[in-house]
Amino acid sequence: MSTLTATNDHATARPAKVVQPAWVRTMHWINAVAMILMIMSGWQIYNASPLFNFSFSRSITLGGWLGGALLWHFAAMWLLMINGLAYLITGFATGRFRRKLFPITPKGVFTDLKAALTFKLAHDDLSAYNYVQKLLYAGIIVVGVVIVLSGLSIWKPVQLQYLTALFGGYDVARYVHFVCMSLICLFLIVHVALALLVPKSLRAMIIGH
Amino acid sequence: MARKRSFLIPGVDKRLLIKDAVKVMPDLTRRRFITAGASLGALTLLTGCDVLDSDGAEEALKKVSKFNDAVQSWMFNPNALAPTFPESAITKPFPFNAYYELDDAPDIDGEDWKLEVRGLVDNKKSWTLEELYKLPQVSQITRHICVEGWSAIGSWTGTPLRDFLKLIGADTRAKYVWFQCADKDGYNSPLDMASALHPQTQMTFKFGAEILPRAYGFPMKIRVPTKLGFKNPKYVVSMEVTNDYKGGYWEDQGYNSFSGS
Repeated sequence: MSTLTATNDHATARPAKVVQPAWVRTMHWINAVAMILMIMSGWQIYNASPLFNFSFSRSITLGGWLGGALLWHFAAMWLLMINGLAYLITGFATGRFRRKLFPITPKGVFTDLKAALTFKLAHDDLSAYNYVQKLLYAGIIVVGVVIVLSGLSIWKPVQLQYLTALFGGYDVARYVHFVCMSLICLFLIVHVALALLVPKSLRAMIIGH
Repeated sequence: MARKRSFLIPGVDKRLLIKDAVKVMPDLTRRRFITAGASLGALTLLTGCDVLDSDGAEEALKKVSKFNDAVQSWMFNPNALAPTFPESAITKPFPFNAYYELDDAPDIDGEDWKLEVRGLVDNKKSWTLEELYKLPQVSQITRHICVEGWSAIGSWTGTPLRDFLKLIGADTRAKYVWFQCADKDGYNSPLDMASALHPQTQMTFKFGAEILPRAYGFPMKIRVPTKLGFKNPKYVVSMEVTNDYKGGYWEDQGYNSFSGS
């Protein structure tokens, strides 16, 4: 133990700061599984009646056919919904959202975006998000809420008809659902790429610090 | 009921079978439908096991679907009416949709056809089309939503099913009304009693101002605007009031049985 301290005094000088508390890590990975199941089964459902002039390759879809994909989609939805609700409640109740994601100022976003694009954005302190991160993480939470609400309005256009009407009707709600899926996929690409570029952020999401 | 229900068994016209299969499901082997496409390395990695490749996954998913049936039936508010639309919103032409081509749709002679009534009802007499046409009719312009995701708005006229059930002395405490149809391969579908008694659930005899055309289910279709399209049987030949879950053409293949919108 003492040799370890000698060789790595920086790490043991103060107790490792927990960047991602256990509840965030747990919910993050449950959400990752749920979202991938929802997206892959969603692509197979899309293929039954495509909105645009393309279909998703069956090699990246889940369920094999429409019936199988629907079974996956309506099973994984429970995981996504329950986990998502628990995340929102805990995020607000603990003050994490307020502390980590706000305020977001246009000037801050602009400055940090410029720094990020020129690879000058520092990631020294993982516990504090820069403005681009704040915007993306707050934004993806909103997209997550909208994709669930638009999904509900496609699933229950009679029982939840006021919600469906809010989206501009059943047919429009399908497009909203699709656009949200696309935004989540774009977010995923950036999110995963950056996690790999800054491995200690990935480590923090696994072991906490 | 001249037709018997036939499943995917030897002796079935293979050409037609393949045609149908290609249209609705890429995999002929039902057992593999869940696992196909799920063998992706990433998912196996994420779950840490090959749960996605097992029959256990299929069984678990079916259990969740049964659970979802119960949740949806609990959510179902029998007083919630499906939205109605003006005539200008009617989709023209309203699409023909089935697991076969229009040429293969049942071609029923309205003079010979009779609606057979069975199960937990006081009066089991069969009904001719002429007799059914004399019952009071109502109209609705509602959205038909297909399990595939597309939708179309149509104008439907006929007798509310709940009025007919009352007329024949059906036991409305029973769980289901089970419909059998003249489609090839014997289409059938169960309807839960709460949905059967919904004010907009209709024995449909007309589309717009016309007698229900062959494409939409002549002589009778059951229009259930609170359900997905496959729960709206066409070419109906019999109905049975029953407490038994008797399955259905699509339900047996994996579509959620409640499928209420």
